[in-house]
Amino acid sequence: MDQSKWLGLAVSTGAVVVALILGGVILFLVGGNPVRTYIFMAKASFGSLGVLSDTLTKATPLILTGLACAIAFRMRLWNIGAEGQFFLGAFGASAVVLTPLLGADTSPWIMLPAMMLAGALAGALWGFIPGYLKARFDVNEIISSLMMNYIAIAWNNFFIFAVWSEGGFQMSPQFPRSAWLPRLTNYSQSAPILQGLTTHMGLIIGLVAAVIIWWIVFRSRWGYEIRLIGDNPRAARYAGINIARNTILVMMLSGALAGLAGMSEISGVVHRLQGSISPGYGFTGIIIAWLAKLNPLIIIPVSILFGALILAGREIQPSGIPTLLQGIILVSLIASDFLLRYKIRFTKRTQEA
Amino acid sequence: MFRNRLWQFAIMMLVFSLGLVACASTAEEAPELVGGFEIPTVEEGSFNVAMVLIGPHDDGGWSQAHFEGLEFVEANIDNVHTAFIENVPEGADSEQIFRSLSRKGFDLIFGTSFGYMDPMETVADEFPDTMYIHISGIKSNTTNFGNLFGAMENMKYLAGMLAGARAQMDGNPKLGYMATFPIPEELRLGNAIALGMRRTCPECTMDIRWINTWHDPILEKEAAASLFDAGAQVVFTGADTPAVADVAQEKGKWGVTYDWDGSCKIDACLTAPYWVWGPVYEGITQGVIDGTYQPGWDYFDADTGALGLYGFMEGETLQPGVAELPAEVIAEVRGLIAATLAGSFTRFDVFSGPIYDNQGNLIVPAGAALEQVDLDAFPEFDLGCEYCMKWWAEGITAELP
Repeated sequence: MDQSKWLGLAVSTGAVVVALILGGVILFLVGGNPVRTYIFMAKASFGSLGVLSDTLTKATPLILTGLACAIAFRMRLWNIGAEGQFFLGAFGASAVVLTPLLGADTSPWIMLPAMMLAGALAGALWGFIPGYLKARFDVNEIISSLMMNYIAIAWNNFFIFAVWSEGGFQMSPQFPRSAWLPRLTNYSQSAPILQGLTTHMGLIIGLVAAVIIWWIVFRSRWGYEIRLIGDNPRAARYAGINIARNTILVMMLSGALAGLAGMSEISGVVHRLQGSISPGYGFTGIIIAWLAKLNPLIIIPVSILFGALILAGREIQPSGIPTLLQGIILVSLIASDFLLRYKIRFTKRTQEA
Repeated sequence: MFRNRLWQFAIMMLVFSLGLVACASTAEEAPELVGGFEIPTVEEGSFNVAMVLIGPHDDGGWSQAHFEGLEFVEANIDNVHTAFIENVPEGADSEQIFRSLSRKGFDLIFGTSFGYMDPMETVADEFPDTMYIHISGIKSNTTNFGNLFGAMENMKYLAGMLAGARAQMDGNPKLGYMATFPIPEELRLGNAIALGMRRTCPECTMDIRWINTWHDPILEKEAAASLFDAGAQVVFTGADTPAVADVAQEKGKWGVTYDWDGSCKIDACLTAPYWVWGPVYEGITQGVIDGTYQPGWDYFDADTGALGLYGFMEGETLQPGVAELPAEVIAEVRGLIAATLAGSFTRFDVFSGPIYDNQGNLIVPAGAALEQVDLDAFPEFDLGCEYCMKWWAEGITAELP
């Protein structure tokens, strides 16, 4: 990977353009007007303060799960379990409110940090299990972390359906206000323009986390170890780096970030524990990390673009077309990676006898 | 070499896209409805109605029935513009959808799944000028957020009678009910089926499978197959798609579909209790336009014409599996349908005592009947229900979840 930076950027941008063109062809074939549709889509995600706020709200969990995947992928640890760690994070944060470990009248200054801690810890625990199995028994973390996703969802469902079910419905009671991350709309009395804007504190958590992870990866000694293990594990071993210990630690950090995403979503948007809290944020995080070339700061704009894409996709009905568009954009971006890795050479085929 | 190719490719694409733009801008001028798809926006000067669907608008069941209701509104009221958003999951995601539709300026928004309840309530507070109608919920703010449902239990009861008679005739007195979530609505409809079943087939029993989803064609198939494999002769679905009839066809047994009158076309389908939302939605939309509609707890009976039983309504013919049933059963069902449509046999007649639960306890004594609140509530809702809807009727071989 020794191309100049601009080429990577150019190819990624080119991939988006190609994807939009391919999408345009499809829109055209089904009888739509591609340009008009794209303008609608852009308006629907950036066109006004309200939708911009919705886009940022959607981007918030993506930033955190993207970071979770990026840090693990840096070490060539394929944590496919961010989805499950997200659910466990939501569970941990809910447990603080619903068990209840802290009463409803607890100050938000204590409640919210406690929820963040519990969410991160629960996610870290979910990351620890495949990490430990990998470090101790060399169990393939792709399989184990993937399978842990299903356990996590079933675990949450048990609490939604039974323990914390409100009146037999598949959801917990709503959290008290002290357990809600502050949203812009909360300040609408002093600034009416904020009315109905649901962007919440989780965005700040995500931005701060991105900066911290960037610092860890590129500026700290630990980050150097992580990168070295990822690039050349044998060299890392000769250099005396404890790979097993780092495997567990990185999986836990990755899990903690995904757990934080779960906490932020549950406390900032949903305000209760229930099913379908994630339309696949953990899996989208994998793609985001990859597109951002595992750079924690690039993850922020990529997440916002994905938030916009999810939101804009809903502007077209029936919903099959936007799903198709999203798929085309993803495939184009991932395929563009191929252009960066390999050189295409056109050669004349020699005549066979 | 590589860069040259890249540039060539990029330029080629650029030319291509410009060409496309040129073609496209001459081809289409219509603002919203473009070919096979549309972008939900409001139309200046019209009364704008939006609908949020949990499944695809052509799912062959629940969502399709609502979508056709929406089309009916557009066709029958002047100056109404409609739009829909499909495949919207329940919960937090839906809140954003409702807010976005409200921001665009829709005047009336229908949310057609139970789990949209709290998000709709939240958004209704923020947009007092928009009317929100929620299907199948239990909440209302009586100003701009109301709920709406109908006495489907009447049709389920009659379908239960037919299914019971069929199972008895086939010599395998076992039914199955594929239920979605353990909420009062699903218990109510399941109990209605069981009560109907016992009316024609006192020795019949009914097994239950919970699938915990409203719409999942694969899971619905698996659950239906599981009920048939466990010995059921006729299986009912409480979920959105007609998967149950397809499985029945494969297994050589019977299925009873739900929701949409087009869902019961194959021979293995006995009948389908279905919704006709058009007239109800038309009435509400007109009422909202005129300022006369009072949102609250709107629960309609079959005399509105909004409920049907496939094969028995005007212009329909009996499904083959029903036509073979003893004439007296068919006559009895026809009589009850006439009474139901006339409003003389209502949901409270379906749920009138004596009703025993499957533990042998007397739930409703002879001479008494359930009240509306009993139909909708578990005791823990604190709505003051006397009998409530937290029991399985006699003949159901499953325990409460």
